[in-house]
Amino acid sequence: MTLATAPRRSAAPGRTPAPRRDHATWFLVLPALIPILVLSVGPLLYGIGLAFTDAQSGRTRATGFVGALNFTDLLHDTLFWDSFRIGLVWALGVTVPQFFLALGLALLLNVNLRLRWLARALAIVPWAMPEVVVGIMWRLVYHPDAGILNETLRDLGLSGTGDGRDWLSGLATALPAVIVVGVWAGMPQTTVSLLAGLQNVPKELHEAAAMDGAGAWRRFRTVTWPALKPVALAITALNFIWNFNSFALVFVLTDGGPGGRTRLPMLFAYEEAFRYGQFGYAAAMGLAMVAVISILLAVYLAGRLKGDDDR
Amino acid sequence: MSQVSTVRRAGRKSPVRPAGRRTAARRTATRTGQYAALLAYLAFLAFPFLWLVSTAFKPPRELGSIHPTWIPGAPTLDNFRQAFTQQPLLTAAGNSLLAAAVSAVIAIVLATPMAYVLARHRGRLARAATGWVVISQAFPLVLVIIPLFLILKNFHLVDSRAGLVMVYAVWSLPFALWMLTGYVRAVPPEVEEAAAVDGAGRIRTLVSVTAPLLAPGIVATGLFAFITAWNEFFFALVLLKSPEKQTLPVVLTHFIGTEGVADLGPLAAAALLATLPSLLLFAVIQRRITGGMLAGAVKS
Repeated sequence: MTLATAPRRSAAPGRTPAPRRDHATWFLVLPALIPILVLSVGPLLYGIGLAFTDAQSGRTRATGFVGALNFTDLLHDTLFWDSFRIGLVWALGVTVPQFFLALGLALLLNVNLRLRWLARALAIVPWAMPEVVVGIMWRLVYHPDAGILNETLRDLGLSGTGDGRDWLSGLATALPAVIVVGVWAGMPQTTVSLLAGLQNVPKELHEAAAMDGAGAWRRFRTVTWPALKPVALAITALNFIWNFNSFALVFVLTDGGPGGRTRLPMLFAYEEAFRYGQFGYAAAMGLAMVAVISILLAVYLAGRLKGDDDR
Repeated sequence: MSQVSTVRRAGRKSPVRPAGRRTAARRTATRTGQYAALLAYLAFLAFPFLWLVSTAFKPPRELGSIHPTWIPGAPTLDNFRQAFTQQPLLTAAGNSLLAAAVSAVIAIVLATPMAYVLARHRGRLARAATGWVVISQAFPLVLVIIPLFLILKNFHLVDSRAGLVMVYAVWSLPFALWMLTGYVRAVPPEVEEAAAVDGAGRIRTLVSVTAPLLAPGIVATGLFAFITAWNEFFFALVLLKSPEKQTLPVVLTHFIGTEGVADLGPLAAAALLATLPSLLLFAVIQRRITGGMLAGAVKS
């Protein structure tokens, strides 16, 4: 806090007139602010506006305002809601296991083990890789003939039901298969965030609890978790949003197939916009996604924070 | 650490139990469990990548074999040569390099001054900027890409490298601001005040005192922006149509879909090559990135 107020104090004694400091501030801020307004905030507002129009690609007639028509259409678009449901299953299916796996890894990395450096380095690899490459890589793993997964299952004698199973085109296996990839790909950010959160855990408290004879689980519940909770909440909420909006991974793995079983809402909206040229309708889909996700997150965060008070 | 746990076990209320050996045994068990878990994590994290490497060096005969092996029997570089003849990888890599490097430099030049203000003057602007960083994460890209597409089209910047560079630069701004703000906070204002006392003007102070202290953070942020743009797929997919302008991730997807078993090798080789720059740069900045995220987290 003192750090933050220091420069202001140093400006005060000289009685620098306020406007001058403002000029300097604007001079520093505008180079970033203008591009953000023009190419980020502006398009977002424009996109929200488009959701209420009949904008289409390559049309000569002027775009017209159609009110909530896109949204009433959307309500009856069962294909979109199927896709939406798949998106929720995917986002939850990735976020929840990812959190627990990353928590386990973060706790392990926080202990003084040999090989820790290797695990830290490896845990970062998925983060650095282009999503497209992650998708390609897992296609190779899942490949029915040349993939390592089927070969390993054969070696273990587990391939019983179907030898040479095609994981990514099977109606039942496609979604679980892409979910595993999603978990793998998102491990680094989650682990690193949780590891950072673990630095907030007061060591003395841990030792004191240990002296009092608290077991590992109790120490985790009463000492580690309260300190870790804000980070855990933030990263799970962010992961949920990111996963729900993800595109490239599944685009490469299955392109929404088989039969739409992995068609996430983003893939659906992308096709609507850039394959069929329905800009207005696709924008309405985007808006619907934001709305539902915001509500879900508000409920989740409110519930979690209230649970905090109860205890 | 070990001392603490000895104390803990000894302090347990079990007067009759001979403490020493049992606790030692239990500690060994815990350690064994921890190592087993760590190894499982290592295997899970590493095996897809190892498989990619293995596939990239396998000759077609082995790729078609019914029982694929981890280690190529007769490793070959053929797949890499094939990859370059099948798709314009060099052009694509050039496009990616250009887009990533130019957009990273632009992002840094634009973001550093603003990050300075955000770090030093906490006010409404700083809160608005932080809010924007969060909001911009939450919106699905489709809501942004359609209007961007229409706007860029008006300026004939669709299917243009310049258009893509602009989009990338702006798109990496929120994260660059976030990280740089953390780095600026780490520079104590007292240093600047000392320079001011010595009679240095404001700009002079920024350039000759603050900037050098920030340099490592700026480099890390720039490299991160570079990696983000190098890896980016969605914008490139939508905004670039001409094959000679497309970036690496987009060109890589051209390998997919029609692949017979024989084409898996070149696919793996190309994917491996496309990843190397990101992996190398990430290894360089890894510590700083996690540090930067920490700095960002601590302030809230």
